[in-house]
Amino acid sequence: MTPQDATHGQGAPAASAENALGGDHYLNHGRGVWSWLTTLDHKRIGVMYLVSILAAFLLGGVFALLLRTELLTPQQTIMKADTYNQMFTLHGAVMIFLFIIPGIPAALGNFVLPLMLGAKDVAFPRLNLASYYMWVAGALFALISMITGAVDTGWTFYTPYSTTTSASVISMVFGAFILGFSSIFTGLNFVVTIHKMRPPGMTWCRMPLFLWGLYGTAIIQILATPVLGITLLLIIAERVLGVGIFDPALGGDPVLFQHFFWFYSHPAVYIMILPAMGVISELMATFSRKRIFGYTAIASSSIAIAVISFLVWGHHMFVSGQSNLAGMIFSFLTFLVAIPSAIKVFNWTATMYKGSVWLATPMLYALSFLFLFGIGGLTGLFLGALATDVHLHDTYFVVAHFHYVMFGGTVMGFLGGLHYWWPKMFGRTYSERWGRLAALLIFLGFNITFFSQFVMGSQGMPRRYYNYLPEFTAYHVVSTLGSYLLGLGFLIVMIYLIHSLARGRPAPANPWGAATAEWQTASPPPHDNFTSDPMVDDPYDLERWRWDDRLSGYRLDAAAARPAGAV
Amino acid sequence: MNLASSHGEAHDPHLAHHFPDAPTQFEAGKLGMWIFLATEILLFGGLFCAYAVYRANHPEIFMYAHQFLDKVLGGVNTAVLIISSLTMAWAVRAAQLGHQRALVRLLSATIALGFVFLGIKYVEYEHKWKEGLLPGTRYTPTAGESVSATAPAAPDPAPAAVPAGEASSIAHAARGPAGLAGEPADSQSPAAPAVPRNVQIFFGIYFTMTGLHGLHVIAGMITLMWILRRAVQGEFGPRYFTPVDLAGLYWHLVDLIWIYLFPLLYLIH
Repeated sequence: MTPQDATHGQGAPAASAENALGGDHYLNHGRGVWSWLTTLDHKRIGVMYLVSILAAFLLGGVFALLLRTELLTPQQTIMKADTYNQMFTLHGAVMIFLFIIPGIPAALGNFVLPLMLGAKDVAFPRLNLASYYMWVAGALFALISMITGAVDTGWTFYTPYSTTTSASVISMVFGAFILGFSSIFTGLNFVVTIHKMRPPGMTWCRMPLFLWGLYGTAIIQILATPVLGITLLLIIAERVLGVGIFDPALGGDPVLFQHFFWFYSHPAVYIMILPAMGVISELMATFSRKRIFGYTAIASSSIAIAVISFLVWGHHMFVSGQSNLAGMIFSFLTFLVAIPSAIKVFNWTATMYKGSVWLATPMLYALSFLFLFGIGGLTGLFLGALATDVHLHDTYFVVAHFHYVMFGGTVMGFLGGLHYWWPKMFGRTYSERWGRLAALLIFLGFNITFFSQFVMGSQGMPRRYYNYLPEFTAYHVVSTLGSYLLGLGFLIVMIYLIHSLARGRPAPANPWGAATAEWQTASPPPHDNFTSDPMVDDPYDLERWRWDDRLSGYRLDAAAARPAGAV
Repeated sequence: MNLASSHGEAHDPHLAHHFPDAPTQFEAGKLGMWIFLATEILLFGGLFCAYAVYRANHPEIFMYAHQFLDKVLGGVNTAVLIISSLTMAWAVRAAQLGHQRALVRLLSATIALGFVFLGIKYVEYEHKWKEGLLPGTRYTPTAGESVSATAPAAPDPAPAAVPAGEASSIAHAARGPAGLAGEPADSQSPAAPAVPRNVQIFFGIYFTMTGLHGLHVIAGMITLMWILRRAVQGEFGPRYFTPVDLAGLYWHLVDLIWIYLFPLLYLIH
C-alpha cells in the first residue's frame, strides 16, 4: 500500500459506528503477503511487530522454563554448565532487546498512537516500516550468533570477558546495535508525530496519558540508545581491531565499559516501564469508570522519570571500584526515582477510590501491576542503598527485583494493554472467563516464582550460578514450580487469543466505554483510521459514553456530548 | 515554509496523505532531522567521553602522541570541510530560489570536497600504517620507540618519529604515568622527553573517532549523490526543497564534528 492509495479506503459511513469485520478494514484493505510486507500503515506495522515480539517472548520464555528446570536440583539436571551459561544470556538478551524494549511502544504504541491522535498515520511511515525491518535484521543477527556459538557473557556483555571469549559476540552485539537503531527510529517517529500531528483541540494537557508515557519513552530512546550504539561498536572494534580501549593489558579501562553500558541500560529500564505506566493510566481510568485522578501529576511524573533516569546509572557499579563519593551521589539520585513512581501509584489508587471498579481482564492485569510494581519498586530502594547493596549485589534478590519491575510491571502492562486493545485490533472479543482465569494463574505463578527468589537472594544465593548449596534447594524447587504455573497461564492466554481470532464474538467499536479517540472508530479500524474527525477534547470524560445492550458496547450519548471539534 | 503554504495542498505531489498541509510536513521533516542529529551527537558523545577520561587520566600520552599527527594536513582538511559547508549552505539557498544550474554545481562541489577530505585522510592513515602507529595490539612503532603495553616504561631520549620542528615541545614527564595497574612513578629523568606507557590508547581513540567520522562523511556523500541525482532531474524548486535542506543539515553536522576533532586530536598543548 502506498499513502496515495489511502483516499480510496473510505469504508461505509456506518462502519465508524460499530464492527467492521464484514466490510473494508485495515486487515483486508490490500490482500496478500506482499501488501503486508510493504505496508506503510502504522496499524499493520504494529500487528507485524506484535507477532514478531510475541515470537521472541515465546522463545525467551522457553529458555526461562529450561533454566528453571535445570535449577531444580543443586547439581546438573538437564543441561551442561556451558549450555546453562549460554541459555541465561540468551534468555536475557532475547527478552530485553527483542521483546520488552520494543514490546509496548513498537507493537501497541504503533497501533494506538495515531488513532489516539485522530491522525491517519505516524509522521514518517517509511521510517516506521524501516524500523520494523531493522528489528528483523537485528533478530537475525542474534539468531546467527545462537547458531554459530551462543554468547555466554550475560546480556550485559561485560568486558574483558566479552572481548576475549570465543563465542560469537560480534554477531550478537551487532544485532543489538541494529535493534538499538530500530528503537531510536520508533522514538523519533513518535516524538515528531506527537509534536506535529496533534489535532486541533488536543493541547498537551488534553493528551491521553498513554501518549505521555510513549513521549517520555521516546525521549529516552533517542538520547540513551546512541550511547549503547557506540559502546557496542567499541566492543566490535576491540575484538576485530584490538583497539584496547576497554582492555587493561593495553592501558584501557573495563570499568569505562560499565559506565557506557549502564548510561544506556539504566535509562533503558525506563524505556521498558514508562509505556507500561501509560497503559495502566488508561486502564485505571476506564475500568474505574471515573476520570483519572491527578492527570497533570501523572503526565509530568513520566517526564520526571525520563529525566532522572539519566542520572542514576552508577548504582549498577557500587562494587565495581567506583569512588565512595560517586556511590553516595548515585545512591541519592536513585532514591529520587521513587518520588515520581510513587506519585503515579498513588494517583492510580486514588482513581479507583470511589470509582465503580470493573474487574475485566485488562483491569486484573492493571491491579497485578499495582501490586507487583509496588513490591519491585520498593525492593529497588534496598538495592539503591549503599550498605545493603554490598550484601545483595549479584544475588537472586537482584534477579527477583528486576523481574518484579520488568515482568510484574512491564509485562503486566503489556498484557493489560494487549487485552484492552485486542478487540480494536482484530475486531473480535476473547473469552472473558478464560482471560480472568489466566490473569489469576499468571499473578499466582509469578509471585511463587519470584518471591522465593527474594528470600534466597537475601540469604546469599548468587545469581547466574549453575550449581548451588543444598540449603537453597527448597527455594529453587518452589520457584521452578511457580514458573510452570506461570507457563501454564501464558499457554491459556495464547490458546484463547488465537481462538478468538477465528471464533471470537465480533467486537463493538467501544467495548470498554473509554473516551479516547481510538474507540470512536470501527473495530477493526478502516485503512484511513477515521471516517469522521473524532472528539479529542477530553480523553477522560467517560460520562458521555453509555452502555447499549443492542451493541453490547458503549455508544456516545448525544445529550452529553459536545459537538465534534469543539474545544 | 511560507513558500510552500501558498499553494493548495490537493495538487502537491510531494504532500503525503497523512499530513494536513505542506508546512506541517516540512516542519515534521525538519524536527525529525534535528532529533536524528541529536542521536548522532550522542553516538560520538561516547567517544568524546572516552577521550575526556583518558586525557584527564593520562595527559602525558596525549602530549606525546599527538606529535605524530600532521597538523598541516589536518588543517587543510578542516578548511576543506568548512568550504564544503559553505557550498552546501549555498546549494540549499539555490534550491530555495530555484536556481537549477547553481544547485547542481554546488552539490557537485560539495561532493568533490568530500572526496578531497577522504583523499587527504587516506594519506594520513597510510602514513600511520607504515609507521606502525596503530591502535591497541597493532601498535608497533617502527621509529625506534620500544613502547609496548607490557614492558615497563623505558625513558627514551630520542623519539625519532617526531616531525621536524616539533622536537621539544613536550612537557617534562614530571608526573609518572598513572596506569591502571598502579605503576610506581618511574620517570626519573626530568630533562629527557620520556615516551609514556600505553601510547596505543591515543591511536585507539584517534582511529575510532576519525574512522567513525570518516564513515559519516561517506554516508553524507552518498546522501548528497542521491540528492544530486534528484536535482539533475529538476525535482527541487522554491516549493519543494526539503530533502536538500535536510541533507544539508546532516552535512553541517559532519563538518561540525570534525571541527571539534581537529583541535582535540591535533592541537594539544
